[in-house]
Amino acid sequence: MASILEESGFNPGADLKIVGTNPIKHDGLDKVMGRAKFGADAFLPGMLVGKILRSPHAHANIKSIDTSKAEALPGVKSVITSADFPEKKAGTPPGDMTRNVMAREKALYDGHPVAAVAATSEKIAKQALKLIEVDYEVLPHVIDPVEAMKPDAPILHDYLRTKGVDGAEDKQTNVTERMVTQLGDADTGFEEADVIVERSYDSKPMHQGYIEPQGCIADYSEDGQIEVWCCTQAPFVYRDRLSAILDIDCNKINVQQSELGGGFGGKTGFYGEPLAIMLSKKASRAVKIVLSRIEVFRGTGPVSGTSYTIKMGCKKDGTITAASAEMIFQSGPYAGSMYFNAPNAMFTRYDLKNVDITAYEVLSNRQKVASFRAPCVPQIVFGVEGVVDEMARKIEMDPIDFRLKNACDDGHTTIYGDTWGPIGFIETLKQAKESDHYKTPVKEGEGRGISTGFWFNRGGETAASLNLAPDGTVTIATGTADVAGSRISISMMAAEELGIPVDQVRVKMVDTNSLGFNRVTAGSRTTFSVGMVIVDSARKCIAELRSRAAEMWDVPEDGVIFEDGMVRPASANVGDFEPMSIADICKKTTMSHGAISGHTEMNVTGAGPGFAVNIVDVKVDENTGRTDVTRYTVIQDVGKAIHPDQVVGQIQGGAIQGVGWALNEEYIYGDDGRLQNAGFLDYRMPVASDVPMVDTIMVEVPNPAHPFGLRGVGEVPVVPTMAAVGNAIGDAIGIRPTSLPMSPPKVLDIIEQAKAEGVYKG
Amino acid sequence: MDDVRYEAPESPDAASSLLAEAGGGGKVFAGGTDVMVQIHAELIDPGVIVDIKNVPGTQEISESDGAYTFGAATAGMVLMDHEGFSSTWPGVIDGVALIGSIQVKGRASVGGNVCNASPAADSTPAMIAAGAICNIVGPGGERTAPVEDIVTGPGKTSLADGEFIMSFSMPKRPAHSGDAYLRLTPRTEMDIAVVGAGVNITLDDDGTCTAARVSLGAVAPTPLLVADAAAALIGTKVDDAALTKMGEACSAACNPISDKRGTKEYRIKTAAVIGRRAAEIALERAREN
Amino acid sequence: MAKRSHITLSVNGDEYETLCEPDQSLVDVLRNELELTGTKEGCSTGDCGACSIRLDGDLVCSCLVLGVEAEGKEIETIEGMATSAEDLHPLQTKFLEINGLQCGICTPGILIAAKALLEKNPDPTETEIRFWLAGNLCRCTGYDKIIRSVQAAAEEMRKG
Repeated sequence: MASILEESGFNPGADLKIVGTNPIKHDGLDKVMGRAKFGADAFLPGMLVGKILRSPHAHANIKSIDTSKAEALPGVKSVITSADFPEKKAGTPPGDMTRNVMAREKALYDGHPVAAVAATSEKIAKQALKLIEVDYEVLPHVIDPVEAMKPDAPILHDYLRTKGVDGAEDKQTNVTERMVTQLGDADTGFEEADVIVERSYDSKPMHQGYIEPQGCIADYSEDGQIEVWCCTQAPFVYRDRLSAILDIDCNKINVQQSELGGGFGGKTGFYGEPLAIMLSKKASRAVKIVLSRIEVFRGTGPVSGTSYTIKMGCKKDGTITAASAEMIFQSGPYAGSMYFNAPNAMFTRYDLKNVDITAYEVLSNRQKVASFRAPCVPQIVFGVEGVVDEMARKIEMDPIDFRLKNACDDGHTTIYGDTWGPIGFIETLKQAKESDHYKTPVKEGEGRGISTGFWFNRGGETAASLNLAPDGTVTIATGTADVAGSRISISMMAAEELGIPVDQVRVKMVDTNSLGFNRVTAGSRTTFSVGMVIVDSARKCIAELRSRAAEMWDVPEDGVIFEDGMVRPASANVGDFEPMSIADICKKTTMSHGAISGHTEMNVTGAGPGFAVNIVDVKVDENTGRTDVTRYTVIQDVGKAIHPDQVVGQIQGGAIQGVGWALNEEYIYGDDGRLQNAGFLDYRMPVASDVPMVDTIMVEVPNPAHPFGLRGVGEVPVVPTMAAVGNAIGDAIGIRPTSLPMSPPKVLDIIEQAKAEGVYKG
Repeated sequence: MDDVRYEAPESPDAASSLLAEAGGGGKVFAGGTDVMVQIHAELIDPGVIVDIKNVPGTQEISESDGAYTFGAATAGMVLMDHEGFSSTWPGVIDGVALIGSIQVKGRASVGGNVCNASPAADSTPAMIAAGAICNIVGPGGERTAPVEDIVTGPGKTSLADGEFIMSFSMPKRPAHSGDAYLRLTPRTEMDIAVVGAGVNITLDDDGTCTAARVSLGAVAPTPLLVADAAAALIGTKVDDAALTKMGEACSAACNPISDKRGTKEYRIKTAAVIGRRAAEIALERAREN
Repeated sequence: MAKRSHITLSVNGDEYETLCEPDQSLVDVLRNELELTGTKEGCSTGDCGACSIRLDGDLVCSCLVLGVEAEGKEIETIEGMATSAEDLHPLQTKFLEINGLQCGICTPGILIAAKALLEKNPDPTETEIRFWLAGNLCRCTGYDKIIRSVQAAAEEMRKG
């Protein structure tokens, strides 16, 4: 059934008063005054401290766990192991989830939880962990995804068989799936090519690096009602999955999200929450678990490492004739890399006729993979855009012109079957070419890189309520997590629609008891999807306001219009009525039909695809291989920036995360399979002095499926970054790196190779 | 862990006695920026934490006839903000300035940096190059030792039970002297040296190098005093040939491991680069004095 | 079990008494004993700066200070930077206006650190701000708007 929103028609070109301005975000004051409550910032009476015992082995059978000494320690109120959780079949989604939060038969990575305690103090809880005796049988482990695919590799799960391969039914493996994606005929396409470039690439796991470690409180009441407070991108998903692994009805689990101190995909799945619930149940007290930074690195998911080959061919005029790829994606001990995004997104933005992609997801003895901005795409675009650049160089074509030559336009049908409406890729490329950065010659001794990226953007299940108070102010209840400022954008869209100042709107992220299911904040869906739902709710309120006014004036409903926050007679013929504000009507609702609210559930569709172009300058130290990024410009199609400063912030943040991934960030494992750099000292995220300002050019090609034309903006910024930095380094030193991160020792080796081959530029 | 005590003695003898009584279970606590991390990571489990900051002399900076003495627990920011000290020993300040963040340097001290005995400590090579002397207090009274004699291996020092460093004495500075410390790290800040080099040189009026000390960090189990690298400079005008030879001597002295912070080969290769660059900065400073 | 230590300390001008373990960090005391949670704990190793406070005026990471060391000391935390929305420090105002914060977890530490910078150097260059704040990790913003917020606040404060 069509919603009011759909029936009322969209007008992205409307004259907007609030959308497109930069009001101060409502959650900002508490954040600058130290009053915002994050995951670790809440306390309950009698609350216990929960701590987790983790496996020191990358792969080991758990022969037995003796918790008796820990239980006997004064102050310890509960101890749990996998035996306290319902048995779920291995290899199923709940089976994997329950085993990831608490190892059952085996410990499958360094840091895998094996037991947990709740005690009256942190000190006692830590002492109790030392008293738990775990008898491990250490097994050979495998972390490298290429090694994990070999026939003699240690096998993580006896039951696993590769999907998508004929005759694999009786073979033990670590490969979960083989996925083939094809379009046209790649062989023919390569035959038509004048130039073919084929390169192999690899990347290591990187972590989302949110500054707030996961923190939660669970309180299991005696009648089985569970209250969970936690920092999450996905309160409803947490609830449903907790229900699935704990065999507890959804309506007995109420998840309240705290402020979220960064997530970037890493807080879409739970870690401590189910443990806190079971500890609380056993102890009959609330239990708080806050991970340490070491636990965040050892126990939560980095992204997929990869190993892949990209082959592309083009004609002398620049037309790409074919593209193929073979890719391996490293997961943790369970599936969930979302590697299927890569085949659908890696080449998408170029109008290709012939494509042949094979992708594998491979399990390994490292932390379970978790989502990160545009999951599995940036590390592949690193290679794709390297090959694209090399083709352009070989035919001596400007890198932006080469991309323009192959760029998709409106109406393109993608490899995954969608046909696009208006898109802004060509416009971003044109603006890149016209930018001050691109027109400014590269500085002596530096290199410049160009790259491009695409992200689908998402919609999905979204529910919200918009309530008009008697004084005409507005409260909004949403269940889609605010991860960096969506509340202000939602307030602005509501205010725009209702014709009231944004300060009269407040958004609250409510608990899971208060609304229907909301999908996770991921895929750049939140401002888009909640915006759709809120505009729909606002329009429902407006319809009701008109109806109430008609009743008060005793005129037909179509004789009342709503304009600039006021109901007015549609014309002089209707009668001479004083226009009424929202407050004028709402203060009288007790005399009519009660309060006015709009409530909407939608499975939102129509997210417009997003595109970005990066221009990056770097300086590489010839003698040490160290790279400094000296200038960075992002050109991105944002559809319509609701709150431009927020959008710019998303773009800048994504770009700098990409710089970290490009230059230094990686999980480093020892020969024993243990993580060597579980801390901010050695997991090297960019610090303020490492990076330049990030210039942004926002292109606004409105998304016609959204009332204000917006496109998601969160993921696209990171997609082209490592490729752009890689291309810039290649330009600076003469050979383009193929391995992420492009850390100083690797780059120094390439410089020496370039010198030996006589291609060094410096 | 059960019985950890915190003590903040107010005299050298009291501090020494507490440490001596605790044997291996005593931990000297100055700025605490390493000790706190080790407690958090459960790498150490001290019986008694002996905070030496209340001991007179551990946080003072004094100068006598051009020769400086400073307390081992003096916070990095205090040293950096001391105009006289920082203009006399800019290379030591280079090293101090690289110890963690401003916040970390609000607490971290040279004494702690030296005694934590990390091969990659940033102030240690600079102090070795400077020819700094440790004033040590212990149950047997006071003694002195050059900084290069303190670190005996990763996390290990030559200090006996009950001993701690009270202060450091810097030599008087001849004219035309300059020192510098430079390190190689992937990031600009908040990192651990992959290679660190401290260089201290003195020129005569003609610009010929009459004295030099070169120390390397992060390329061996302990910070190194590299006599060959110094010898490559002494008697020269510190020209390109001398600097090249000096760099080669730096690489030759390396005995590194491969770890998460850098490979053995990379460290050896870049020791020459960083050593030479540090020498160039020291040279420039010496010429200015 | 060993007895806990009694400490008396001043936080933002208010005197507090509490008990703490001899090896308990000051950030833990502030957050979990005094329930002053404005100071955040991101790493416990001095690498992220989220726990930045002033200790007798010195800018420090409170995760690297023992609670017992705070005996008799004056501590300033984010909760003391403004007592109400009407008397915000110029840094707080500029961070709001320029959007120098996204998720907000690093913000208290960055504001404390930036305030210390501007007291010492009222007119810092971009490079000086970047190096001063190198000990404060932010993962959301890419630092651009943080640096601009500090620059704008400095300018405002110089105008007086």
